[in-house]
Amino acid sequence: MSKTLFEKIWEPHVIDQIDNDLALIYIDLHLVHEVTSPQAFEGLRINSRTVRKPNLTAATIDHNVPTSDRFNIKDPIAKKQIETLRANCKEFGVPLYDIDNINQGIVHVIGPELGLTQPGMTIVCGDSHTSTHGAFGALAFGIGTSEVEHVLATQSLVQKKPKTMAINVNGDLPFGVTPKDLILSIIKRIGVDGGTGHAIEFRGDVFKKMSMEGRMTVCNMTIEGGGRAGMIAPDEKTFEFVQGKKFSPKGSNLDKLMDIWKDLYTDENAEFDTNIDIDCSNLEPHITWGTNPGQVAGINSSVPDPESYSTPEEKSNAQNALNYMGLEAGQRISDIKLDRVFIGSCTNGRIEDLRAAANIIEGKKIDKNVRAMVVPGSGLVKMMAEKEGLDKIFTESGFEWRDAGCSMCLGMNPDILVPQERCASTSNRNFEGRQGKEGRTHLVSPEMAAAAAIEGHFVDVRNWK
Amino acid sequence: MEVFLNHKGLVAPLDLANVDTDQIIPKQFLKRIERTGFGEFAFFDWRYLEPGVPDPNFILNNNRYKGASILVAGRNFGSGSSREHAPWALLDYGFKILIAPSFADIFRTNCFQNGILTISLDKEKVDYLMGMASSPKYTGYQLEVNLENQVIKDQNGFSEKFDIDAFRKESLLKGQDEIGRTLTSEDKINNYESSRIDRW
Repeated sequence: MSKTLFEKIWEPHVIDQIDNDLALIYIDLHLVHEVTSPQAFEGLRINSRTVRKPNLTAATIDHNVPTSDRFNIKDPIAKKQIETLRANCKEFGVPLYDIDNINQGIVHVIGPELGLTQPGMTIVCGDSHTSTHGAFGALAFGIGTSEVEHVLATQSLVQKKPKTMAINVNGDLPFGVTPKDLILSIIKRIGVDGGTGHAIEFRGDVFKKMSMEGRMTVCNMTIEGGGRAGMIAPDEKTFEFVQGKKFSPKGSNLDKLMDIWKDLYTDENAEFDTNIDIDCSNLEPHITWGTNPGQVAGINSSVPDPESYSTPEEKSNAQNALNYMGLEAGQRISDIKLDRVFIGSCTNGRIEDLRAAANIIEGKKIDKNVRAMVVPGSGLVKMMAEKEGLDKIFTESGFEWRDAGCSMCLGMNPDILVPQERCASTSNRNFEGRQGKEGRTHLVSPEMAAAAAIEGHFVDVRNWK
Repeated sequence: MEVFLNHKGLVAPLDLANVDTDQIIPKQFLKRIERTGFGEFAFFDWRYLEPGVPDPNFILNNNRYKGASILVAGRNFGSGSSREHAPWALLDYGFKILIAPSFADIFRTNCFQNGILTISLDKEKVDYLMGMASSPKYTGYQLEVNLENQVIKDQNGFSEKFDIDAFRKESLLKGQDEIGRTLTSEDKINNYESSRIDRW
C-alpha cells in the first residue's frame, strides 16, 4: 500500500495502539533545555522514577544564557534554573552540553551538528521549534513539560496520530529570495492555524535544491502555521550531512539504517488529508508587519488596510496589530525605520545564515540610529564563522558579535527590546512583547536584516548595493 | 492530576483570536523551577499597566468576572510556544474549562495533562457564549459542564454536545497518571527496544 513519508516513520514507531487515534510511540531522541525541564525532573524524583534512556537524551543550556560575559549570570532566578539543569543531568546521567562546551548552543542547532538528528527518527523536545529537525526526514515535534517527564521516564509518548498535509511548492526561488521568505509566504497563505492537527510534508524540486540549513529554516517555522510537525524527504544531501559527526551511525548500523533511509519518501500514489499548491517563481522578500507570523507583506508593498480583510475578526486582528506596531495602513514597507537588528535564533542562526548576512554588509557601516547584533546558533557556528573571518566583517560594520544562545528571539536573557523599539529580526515570532514588553518585531531573512541594518530601514536586497 | 468532576462556574469572555502562550504567560516568568504560583502572572502584559497596577480596560480585571472558572476565547487559542507554564498559569488563576472554536495542538495536550478541559465548539456557538458572558443583562452568567455525557449547558436553554478523545476523557475522569499507565505496558517498550537499531 502506498504510504506518505509521515506514515513510514509513524507506523514502525507505534508500540501500542491505545484507541483509533491515540498511540504510544517510541521516541528515538529527546532534547532537553533548562526552561521546560526542571518540573519534569522533579516529577521523576517525587515518584522515584529514573531516566529510562539517558543515551537517547541530550541537554543543553540555551534560553537563559547571556550572550556576553556568559559565565557571570546576574539574574539569580535564571542562574538557579541553569544550575538546576546541571544538577538534574548529573543526578539522572543525562549528557549535558554546558556553557563551557564548544557544542553548547540552541538545542535545534546542536542536534544536527552532533549527528544526533537523523532521518526516520522520532524526535521531541520541550520546545515548539523542534519541528526544525523534520528537515532531515524525521518526525519531530514540540511537547510540554508533563510530556517531557513522560519521555524521560518511558522513552515513549502518547500521541494522537496527526492528519497529513502536503505543501507542494512549484517553481524555483528567484535570485535573492530565501527559504525564510518562502516559509513566511506559506504561513501567510495557510494562516497561523492552517496546519493545526497536521504533519506537513514540504514537497517540490525547490526543496531538493535547497541546502540543509534552508530546509531547517522552513521546517522550523512549520509551527508558526500551526503544524504539528514539518518534514522534507531525505536525499543525498541529507545522507551526506548526517555522516562524519560525533554521533553519526557507523559500520553495519549505518548500512542497515541507509537501507531504511533510502525508502523515506512519499510513495507515488499515497494520499494526503490536505493538499496545498504554491508557486514560488514570483516570490519576493517578505516581512511581517503585524503581531503574528501570518501577517506578512512583500518588500515592495504597503502595510495593509484592516478594512481590506473580509471578516470582522480579521479586521480587528489587523487593526490591533497596527496599533501595537505603531504603523499606519498604506505606509510603504520600505519606509519602516528600525532601531535594532537581530541576526540569530534556531530559525536563522546557522553558518549559512551568517555567511549570507556578512556577504551583504561587507565593507559597509550600519546606520547611526541602529544597534545590531549577531548571535551564532551554537559554539561550533561561532567557531566556524571566526575561522572564516565573518566576526571581523560584522564588528567592522558595527554589529555586536556575541556568544551562542536563543538570545533576543524570546528575550529570556538580558538581550531585549525596550518599549516601542523596532527590530528587524531573523527569528520566528513577532508576538506582542516577545522580544521585550511593547517591543516591535519584524521577521525577515538574514539578508534582509543585514541590508536593513546598513540603511536604517527595510530595502529590497535584490536590487540594493 | 485531580479527578475532573462535573463543573459549574462563572464565564469570562476573551474575544480575541490567536491568543498565544507568550501573552498567557510572558517569558520573564518562565525561569522559575516550580509548577505552582503562576496565576498572578497570567496575561501579565495585558493585565497590568505596571507591576501591581491593574489595567481597568483588560476584560478579566472587570469585577464581574472575579472568580471565573470558565474562559471563552477566539480561535487558535494557545498558539506558539510549548511552555506548559501557560496552562499552569490559567489553572492557578482559576480556569478549569476553556472554550474556543479551536486550540493549538501542543497547548491543548498540555491542558489535558493538567486537568483543564478544552472544549471546541462551532464559532456561532462560541459567539453566543461570548455574547452572553459580555452582556450587561447576564451578569453572573454561568455554564454547567458534564464531562461524562459530554454536554455543556446554561440556564437559558443552551445545550451542546462536545467531542473529546475517549482516552483523554477517561484520564480526566479518573485523574489518571499517564506515566503510570504507560509503565503497565513496559513489556511492549522492552520488546520494541530489543529489536531497535542503535543510532550511535
